Amino acid sequence: MNRDDRTQKEFGRNKRQVLAAYDLTQEEYTAIESGDIGLLYVLGVNGQILMHYAAYLKIEWFDYLQAMRDGVSKYGPVRHGIYAMKEQNRKYARVNQLRGGGGA
Amino acid sequence: MPLVYSGILSHAPGITGRSHMVEPDKEATRDAFYGCLKRQREAIRSSGAEVLVVVAAEHFANFFMDNMPAYCMGIGAKHTGPIEDAQWLKIDKQIIQGAPELATRIVDLMLKNVDLAYSEEWQCDHGIMVPLNFLTPNYDLPIIPCNINCQGPPLTPLNRVWNFGEALREACDEQTENIAIVGTGGISHWPATPDSGKINEAWDKQFLERLMSQNKEQLLSYSDDEVYAEAGQGGFEIRTLIAAAAAAGGRGTLQFYSAELPIFAVGCTVASFEISS
Repeated sequence: MNRDDRTQKEFGRNKRQVLAAYDLTQEEYTAIESGDIGLLYVLGVNGQILMHYAAYLKIEWFDYLQAMRDGVSKYGPVRHGIYAMKEQNRKYARVNQLRGGGGA
Repeated sequence: MPLVYSGILSHAPGITGRSHMVEPDKEATRDAFYGCLKRQREAIRSSGAEVLVVVAAEHFANFFMDNMPAYCMGIGAKHTGPIEDAQWLKIDKQIIQGAPELATRIVDLMLKNVDLAYSEEWQCDHGIMVPLNFLTPNYDLPIIPCNINCQGPPLTPLNRVWNFGEALREACDEQTENIAIVGTGGISHWPATPDSGKINEAWDKQFLERLMSQNKEQLLSYSDDEVYAEAGQGGFEIRTLIAAAAAAGGRGTLQFYSAELPIFAVGCTVASFEISS
């Protein structure tokens, strides 16, 4: 979608036909088909991909950021991908906090 | 000494795409940053560089999660970009001149020490287009794009990034053309996430101190878990900056750093390195 103008045009004309070519769960299908940025973020879509899908949907920058926050409130923490907070990361942050580290 | 310049700069898309959204009281900081980028352009030009190697961290322009080389160099006669919407990035679509013969020579030499992939069809995203917008705004300097996977695991270890930088330097030193290198990436940042705009300034400054002083031991001591916790997923892009330092071999001079432009979603940075003999 982000790299292919032709796919974008086809998606604009007939979303269901484009999505039918992909093996998606019902939740994934719904998230893409309805442009639910928050759910896509929670499902694990990388922001470097998601922000361009949001731009394609004409979602303004601050609305895009808020949609992800709303998604976490509605659907819970990010489940997969690079943003899914691993136990190891949480442990590191806790240990660093106890050490008086500057934590981001 | 064919390597004539090595430096670093930020590449976040907001630097061009959201320039108009900078708060009025921060416009002077933004303009100082742009001024420093202009001076970097002049420094590259005055170095006599005939080609610019851009060591960047691409964002799914050429590769996807299912198949992403740790290192790749663009050896095509031309490159295209940006892949992003031109209005969104505020950079028009361009065809950028490559340096296929030189790039192929460099790849051949680097392959002795680095598992380096290459591509003849390179698409540039903001990671390269934002730097070029400032460093070669007329697109009149041939470009050799280079990518280090900074997006997702498996991430290449930092010691191999250092080796990559040194191998790039060795390969450049065997050429007759004058070559400039820039490493372009963020330090701490959480791009395109709900935490976009967050910057860990203390972490950035410590990293930059290590980078400018060529403190190899400390630079290579970061773990990915530490980087993720303290500097976000965008912090993985320190690889590009470390590669530029390793290629240069000399101490760095930090010419600009500011965490005061969160709309750019990164601590804005410009620096150059002395080229070791």
